[in-house]
Amino acid sequence: MRTQTRPVNQQTGERRIRVLIAKPGLDGHDRGAKVMTRALRDAGMEVIYTGLFQTPQMIARAALDEDVDVVGLSILSGAHNSLVPDVISELNASGLDDVLVVVGGTIPMSDVDKLYQVGVSAVFGPGTPLERAISYIRDHAPGRDDTL
Amino acid sequence: MNGLLDRFLDGDRQALARLLSHVENETTLADEAMQALADRTGSAHVIGLTGPPGAGKSTLANEFVRQTRNSGKTIAVLAIDPTSPISGGATLGDRIRMLDMQDDDGVFLRSMASREQTGGLSLAAFGATMILDAFGFDIVLIETVGAGQDEVDIARLADTVMLVQTPGMGDSIQAVKAGILEIADVLVVNKADQPGADETVRTLREHVRQSTTSGWRVPVLAVISSTGQGIAELISTLEQHQRMTSQQVAFEETRRRQRLHYHARMLAIRELARHIERNQAGNPGWSDPHQLAEDMLNAFVQDRTGNKPTSSAKDHRAD
Ligand SMILES: Nc1nc2c(ncn2[C@@H]2O[C@H](COP(=O)(O)OP(=O)(O)OP(=O)(O)O)[C@@H](O)[C@H]2O)c(=O)[nH]1
Ligand SMILES: [Mg+2]
Repeated sequence: MRTQTRPVNQQTGERRIRVLIAKPGLDGHDRGAKVMTRALRDAGMEVIYTGLFQTPQMIARAALDEDVDVVGLSILSGAHNSLVPDVISELNASGLDDVLVVVGGTIPMSDVDKLYQVGVSAVFGPGTPLERAISYIRDHAPGRDDTL
Repeated sequence: MNGLLDRFLDGDRQALARLLSHVENETTLADEAMQALADRTGSAHVIGLTGPPGAGKSTLANEFVRQTRNSGKTIAVLAIDPTSPISGGATLGDRIRMLDMQDDDGVFLRSMASREQTGGLSLAAFGATMILDAFGFDIVLIETVGAGQDEVDIARLADTVMLVQTPGMGDSIQAVKAGILEIADVLVVNKADQPGADETVRTLREHVRQSTTSGWRVPVLAVISSTGQGIAELISTLEQHQRMTSQQVAFEETRRRQRLHYHARMLAIRELARHIERNQAGNPGWSDPHQLAEDMLNAFVQDRTGNKPTSSAKDHRAD
């Protein structure tokens, strides 16, 4: 078990969760991603939105530099079965295997298990209440045990 | 596994990213790391980039990074966005997208929430700049939205401040009136493809200052960040400013001392504030805030002199 969570602010005692919301692939619709970005911010998280058309390498690089706890992938193109494993292998190659990966968008039920198998922790399909996504992320953001 | 500091010193990018999180969260680990790294700082050219919302700062930063990399220099960008005073959260949506640079280890982009509700750059911005400097980046570029206090602080943090304006007489006159020009070492009129740019450049040139200590006369440059036009000249102007200041030994000394002093002052105030938070003093019936403040200060001094100063940081561990 981990002894220390993410760096805790000594003054406020707070553990501010950092989330990267990314849109991999070629679909140009980011309303959902933006709604999620705003909802997580309003829940007190620090959210970095990458913008559209991100490659798996760009997402992994952003997750690394920004030191996020959570990567949320928004995919509406139907290409999740190839994009998600690519993003996860890039994350792993960057040493980010402890980052929580969640996926939102139009994911058919029949594909959900495949995504869990490659390392996705949660899939939020259309109509998922924002509250559910927020509390899932809050409860499952990974801990840290950094030493100097 | 090695600790963060060893990995950082080995050039490990993840260790850099994680140390920055500790700095943002003001942890004990961050304090210890910064003390260990202090004498590795001072070689980066720290450039402040500020200006009103929508002036094109991020677009400019994007081009700036691209053209800087062409010259072989390494660069870190720290983009600071305000924290929501209501939720404490932040949208750091401004992460600049450099499609062709995701494999380039010479570029590091980090977004940071100001986490300050009263305005002004936080202590963490000073700490993060130290860490990026110690990591070895040639340039540390700090983007902040110009909003009063931030602009003053960026002048304390940066070696060179560039202030971005856009065409439109009204805005530049406002800037002149508000005294914002005072902090700029280089003035940039971005969106020079839009009407009124020449006029804005002319107005600003009439109002720029000439430093009495360094002799530097603030240049006004017109650029089009969206196409990259004028950025090469901007880069060489910023280099000139750095060369000029580093050659003027007394000027440079004063500036460094002021930055150090300001950073230390924030640290000292933080320690006092933490102490006060931990020791809620005072009697219920009291009405004299001055007397209470006096007591707080006395209690602080007593606590400090009772402890060894170097070990006190460890006593504050939250975990
Ligand atoms: N015409 C023109 N538009 C530009 C230029 N530079 C930036 N823009 C546009 O101006 C808008 C704002 O640009 P940003 O780079 O996001 O501005 P910013 O100063 O970073 O904005 P904030 O971070 O929100 O304060 C965008 O739509 C840019 O495309 C330019 O040189 N010419
Ligand atoms: Mg910006």
